[in-house]
Amino acid sequence: MPPKRKNEIAISVEDVGMEVDVVSDSGSEDEARRRAKNRRVKPQRKAKRVSSDEEDEEDEAPRKRGRKKKAKPRDSDEDDEEDKRTKEESDEESEEDRGKTKKRGADEESLSEGEMAALKEQVEEKKKLIATLRNKPWRMKRRLVLLKEAQEFVETFEGALGKGKGRKLYAYKVMMAKKVIKFKRDFENFKTACIPWERKIKEVESHFGSSVASYFIFLRWMYGLNMVLFGLMFGLVVLPEILMGLPYGSIPRKTVPREEQDTAMDFSVLNDFGGYCKYSFLFYGYFNNERRIGLLQFRLPLSYLLVGVGIFGYSLMVVIRTMARNSNEGGDGAEEGEFTFSWKMFTSWDYLIGNPETADNKYASITTSFKESIVDEQENQKDENIHLRRFLRVLANFLITCSLGGSGYLIYFVVKRSQDFAKMEKENLSWLEKNEVEVVMSLLGLVCPPLFETIAELENYHPRIALKWQLGRIFALFLGNLYTFLFALFDEVNEKLETEKSIRNATIWALEQYYANYSSHFNTTDVPPPNVQPADVIRGPCWENAVGIGFVKLIVSDMQVTYLTILVGDFLRAVIVRFLNYCWCWDLEAGFPSYGEFDISGNVLGLIFNQGMIWMGAFYAPGLVGLNVLRLLSSMYYQCWAVMCCNVPHERVFKASRSNNFYMGLLLLVLFLSLLPVVYTIMTLSPSFDCGPFSGQEKMYDVVMETIEQDLPSFIANIFTYATNPGLIMPAVLLMVLALYYLNAVSKGYQQANIDLKRKMKMVSMSVLLHVPSFSNISRVQDQTNDCAVYSWTL
Amino acid sequence: MGNKQTIFTAQQLDAYQDNPFRQRIAEVFSEDGEGNMTLDDFLDMFSVLSEMAPRDLKAYYAFKIYDFNNDDFICKTDLEKTLNKLTRNELTEDEVRMVCEKVIDEADLDNDGRLSLEDFQHMIVRAPDFLSTFHIRI
Repeated sequence: MPPKRKNEIAISVEDVGMEVDVVSDSGSEDEARRRAKNRRVKPQRKAKRVSSDEEDEEDEAPRKRGRKKKAKPRDSDEDDEEDKRTKEESDEESEEDRGKTKKRGADEESLSEGEMAALKEQVEEKKKLIATLRNKPWRMKRRLVLLKEAQEFVETFEGALGKGKGRKLYAYKVMMAKKVIKFKRDFENFKTACIPWERKIKEVESHFGSSVASYFIFLRWMYGLNMVLFGLMFGLVVLPEILMGLPYGSIPRKTVPREEQDTAMDFSVLNDFGGYCKYSFLFYGYFNNERRIGLLQFRLPLSYLLVGVGIFGYSLMVVIRTMARNSNEGGDGAEEGEFTFSWKMFTSWDYLIGNPETADNKYASITTSFKESIVDEQENQKDENIHLRRFLRVLANFLITCSLGGSGYLIYFVVKRSQDFAKMEKENLSWLEKNEVEVVMSLLGLVCPPLFETIAELENYHPRIALKWQLGRIFALFLGNLYTFLFALFDEVNEKLETEKSIRNATIWALEQYYANYSSHFNTTDVPPPNVQPADVIRGPCWENAVGIGFVKLIVSDMQVTYLTILVGDFLRAVIVRFLNYCWCWDLEAGFPSYGEFDISGNVLGLIFNQGMIWMGAFYAPGLVGLNVLRLLSSMYYQCWAVMCCNVPHERVFKASRSNNFYMGLLLLVLFLSLLPVVYTIMTLSPSFDCGPFSGQEKMYDVVMETIEQDLPSFIANIFTYATNPGLIMPAVLLMVLALYYLNAVSKGYQQANIDLKRKMKMVSMSVLLHVPSFSNISRVQDQTNDCAVYSWTL
Repeated sequence: MGNKQTIFTAQQLDAYQDNPFRQRIAEVFSEDGEGNMTLDDFLDMFSVLSEMAPRDLKAYYAFKIYDFNNDDFICKTDLEKTLNKLTRNELTEDEVRMVCEKVIDEADLDNDGRLSLEDFQHMIVRAPDFLSTFHIRI
């Protein structure tokens, strides 16, 4: 993944391609530690962080910065001015520090305790300078000179520190630390080189701008997430079953039943994931319920359950971590309209653009955006007929709710019909009837969003607000469809559970009959198990397989529809526009169809919902995650090609600001929503009696209870009993609620303090200006302003 | 560009450089202020424009780029030049004037009629897409 961990890299990598020194005092004595503690206490007084919060996090002892050696040559006046202007704080600090070091003296040769400590401090200063050199706005030449001097200093005197106190060991440690740092640096380089598709994304970025490229970066991130999930599922569940479990055909659940065997290899059956597909490791039903298998005594059922839950846990952790990282970089958000024109002027040009056509487009869009803002400014917003506007908005919302309800009902109806079809003979059904559910769901996903957009024209909102409404409605549509599908599926599951009961009773009865006959016929009690071929055993309906197959079919058809849409909607359209233009009455390229633009929000939502379906289905179809990895891989190449070949850059560019976290928030919501059905089925429904790793148990989580009782030492079982006591859980929940409330209150307090301080700063700067009008040099007033700001902060 | 050329005409180069601030970038990062860069300056430029550079560093250099007359303030003439470069002179005089006034209104904190580095930094670190647009991927 693109390493945006600039924090860590700035701290740990001091190497700028030359020999490196250690950051931490590997041979630190107590004195240095004490001194370091004192040093850390001191700077807390100086809380004047004007705009350098990030660098605070990066530096380890953030307050001491860039203290220069006294005899260092100054390069040029220009650099001095640069330094002074941007680092006035460090100037003040360095003045103070210079005073202090004069007191401590600069004797570097003697080895008395005090001077040793002073020397050590100087060495540490140099190391800190090396660490933060990257962030300083100095000329490269100056930085290199400083770096060389600092490194020489540390080199010379670090050895001196080790004199008489295990010098060899110290030198050895230093050398090892150097090697470790070099190794880490090389490893970082290697990791960066391994990031896939960087060149492809760069090409898309330079042609279409950063917003379209953000979709591909999101796709790449998803791919990474799915790779990890695939590794977990495959390595811990599928591989053990394949390698150490029983082979195909040995037990009933792993064999195709006799009735289905002659059609098992047919393409139409395989396409529906029946036949050999259904009785393979792709689905839940294949896994055996033996408690331990193979040489390593691997506990497969336990592993299956834990991996199923662990997939959610890992995804949750990754999504939240990414959200936190994104929000840290977002800056302290100012309100929407605070700096409209300034931001338009200074941040609208996308430096990534490297293509003349895109640049032309960008110029045009910037001009349009300026003109729009100017018009907005100048216009007197008369609210013509607010009642009409309200009525229209209510009408639009009503229409959209109706269509959402309609689509939900349609899906329910179609799923019910498919259950009826399943009871009929397969040959009598047309392809359409067999795949009705998936086709309907995909069509709805295609048709409804443009419908919503057209209805939304009634509402007359600002484009950014209209986009948010649109995204919300599409989200509601997908959610509604998915949950309707789930409910219909649950009906099916319940039906299957009923039939299962009857089949199970029948099987038990048949077995008893067999025992009774055998013992009465041969007059023994030692009855060998019935010799029935695995293919002939009566099978239960295995509802988990049905659920798994339902999800897999849905995802496959969704993928097919997406690819087909791109092919027809983008590629075919582009071909027609391009070649029919020669013999058409109006200009196709500029006029009606023209080339398509890349629909960022639609594609991102599609990706998010696909991931939601994967999360839901992964427990019942372990092969689904692998399928998704393939899908994302092919999608990346396919869509990159389609974008470069058939799309044009957007005409109208308004940024959905901070949209990165918006999509992550949606992903988080989808994660929770897809967790619910899986957890519900694990907790309440009983597993099938003859298929899957939990067959024969009352509830799926019984496997965990069994393991705790039998395999772990007894006191752990006691701990769990105490922990699940309601008397303990209630106070824990209460405590968490209180903690939430407290953190919320604290954060509100901080926000208020922030606003107050900002106001104070403005007031102080104004007051200074009013009280010292005689200063003609404005820059000196600015220095004063900053000083005043410093003092007011510390008061 | 078919055969190997070593000297490019201004026209040819123009077609390949789309950034409106290309001249300013070269001037800011060059040693002599004329646009001629050594390797160190070149490295400097790409390090500032990379993904890893901290926000404050980028803001500092962005300020220098937009300061056309190098007087350490972004005054009205600088703003007008920036705007004309951004829109390729498509806006009218009135519109340009209006936009520049609005910018000074919004961002000038110490009310001296021009943007100092602090004003600029204060305004730009809050921009949500400053980091993503002031960035070159190699």
